[in-house]
Amino acid sequence: MLFRVTPQPLNVEESIKAVSHPSTGAVVVFLGVVRGHNLGRRVIQLHYEAYSEMAQKVMEELAQEAQERFGLKDVAILHRIGTLQVGDISLVVAVSSPHRKEAFRAGEWLVDCLKERLPIWKKEVFEGGEEWIEGTLPLTG
Amino acid sequence: MKARVLLFARLRELAGTAQVEVEVGEGLPAQEVYRRVQEMFPALASCEIPVAFAVNARYVGPQHPVGEGDEVAIIPPVAGGG
Repeated sequence: MLFRVTPQPLNVEESIKAVSHPSTGAVVVFLGVVRGHNLGRRVIQLHYEAYSEMAQKVMEELAQEAQERFGLKDVAILHRIGTLQVGDISLVVAVSSPHRKEAFRAGEWLVDCLKERLPIWKKEVFEGGEEWIEGTLPLTG
Repeated sequence: MKARVLLFARLRELAGTAQVEVEVGEGLPAQEVYRRVQEMFPALASCEIPVAFAVNARYVGPQHPVGEGDEVAIIPPVAGGG
């Protein structure tokens, strides 16, 4: 298992190595990439901010749940924070399993859950202004 | 008896600070802690951003009790990922 919230560029190779084992038959990797357009305006850059200590815990919990639900071998989740340019990788999710179906399903499930629960925020700087993008309010209690 | 409250993103900018201490006496529900922070920073009272709560880095409901030394995070809608 590999979990990290970091201002450094994300290392995709590292995430693949972290989840690759002799019994692994499939590795699925998702990359979240900063888009050049959003809501009809041209994006210049994004500023990501995290409650890092908690984000790390949420990653661990969701990875464990994914492992139980889908029988995964291993999981790596990396999220970048700070200032990102268009084309930069903001999120890496790598999952491994004996066979591909579980890996594809688990990867999608994990990315959906991470987007809803990670305590991470982004401010979009676009041509003519900037704005906090308020996505999902996490369910609690 | 104080708790540490963490503010993020637009809430942090509106308050002009990322962290504030709140008197919690013998214990207060998380949403009451936030109400007190809103009294300290009127910009937060008028912003109408929906929030969730975390105590000691775990999501909790609005009624979750906050005691001395707890770290309370006020979580506006999140937007991690791509």
